[in-house]
Amino acid sequence: MEKLKILIKRYRLFIVMLIINSVILMINPSLGAKSFSITWQNTLEMLAVIPPIFILLGLLDVWVKREVMIKYMGDDSGLIGILIAFFLGSAAAGPLYAAFPVAGVLLKKGSRLSNVFIFLGAWSTTKIPLLLFEASAMGTRFMLIRLILDLFGILIIAYATEKLLSQSQKEEIYLAAQEQI
Amino acid sequence: MTQIFYLLSITALIVSFFKSKEKTMLALKKAWKSFENIMPQFLAIIFIIGIMLSILTPDQISQFLGSESGWIGVIIAAVIGSITLIPGFVAFPLAAALLKSGAGYMQIAAFVSTLMMVGIVTIPVEIKYFGKRATIIRNVLAFIFSLIVAALMGVLI
Repeated sequence: MEKLKILIKRYRLFIVMLIINSVILMINPSLGAKSFSITWQNTLEMLAVIPPIFILLGLLDVWVKREVMIKYMGDDSGLIGILIAFFLGSAAAGPLYAAFPVAGVLLKKGSRLSNVFIFLGAWSTTKIPLLLFEASAMGTRFMLIRLILDLFGILIIAYATEKLLSQSQKEEIYLAAQEQI
Repeated sequence: MTQIFYLLSITALIVSFFKSKEKTMLALKKAWKSFENIMPQFLAIIFIIGIMLSILTPDQISQFLGSESGWIGVIIAAVIGSITLIPGFVAFPLAAALLKSGAGYMQIAAFVSTLMMVGIVTIPVEIKYFGKRATIIRNVLAFIFSLIVAALMGVLI
């Protein structure tokens, strides 16, 4: 019973959304059905994309030693850390929200905060398969100009975010990362 | 790309398994735990996206984003991009179609940029990992940056 309570509490937002969608379905059947069908498609897509990301995340957590992560992505990793962060993010697949757990592992292993933000930025905008797709839909010129602007933008946002956080806020982020996995 | 990831993760699993069975089992356990950890948010997010996309159709979006809409159009595009969450392979054909139906480059650039960098719907997940302050800073900066990208794209294209 206690377990069920915890489960309901954790999934309460999901349950609320399910109820809202059901109400929409009753008031406006076509809209509700459309919404359910989009949700279903997205769920299938998520389930298709996400398993390998989490498996790699688990392996990363078990095999990569903290010292190694600190050396290559930690506070003194310099350009190497930046490049690795860009590469990891750009080589990714899947929506941005799947990047957060991976970012959590990077933090847990001692990666520098700005590098984790670079990783997130790359995951969100410079994913290689997506760039190819963008070039074919929007033209190479559009894609390249945006890519170049984004590379600067990602770095600026990453360092600015890091700068704007106090030491204790940073420590909290690292502490939270320990508990996530 | 997804296939490559499957191939990569399965190969890594096999190698890992031969090196250490215990560590591999631990890795799988951790994979499951972190997946289960954000499952509630994932499911809620997917539902919110579903409801939003069923209400907000491409036709409606294109109405707001004509090339004459100017900065107001850019702001509207950026706001729509921030709150919606559309996978890239849907978003780019949509953006191309919007361009054809008369939307401006600036507006489309703002839409595409915020779509990717700003995630209002995913803020609960982001907060879980980065705390409130970092999440708000990152999203606000990404929003402002997207407007700058839009302005530059308007000049450069």
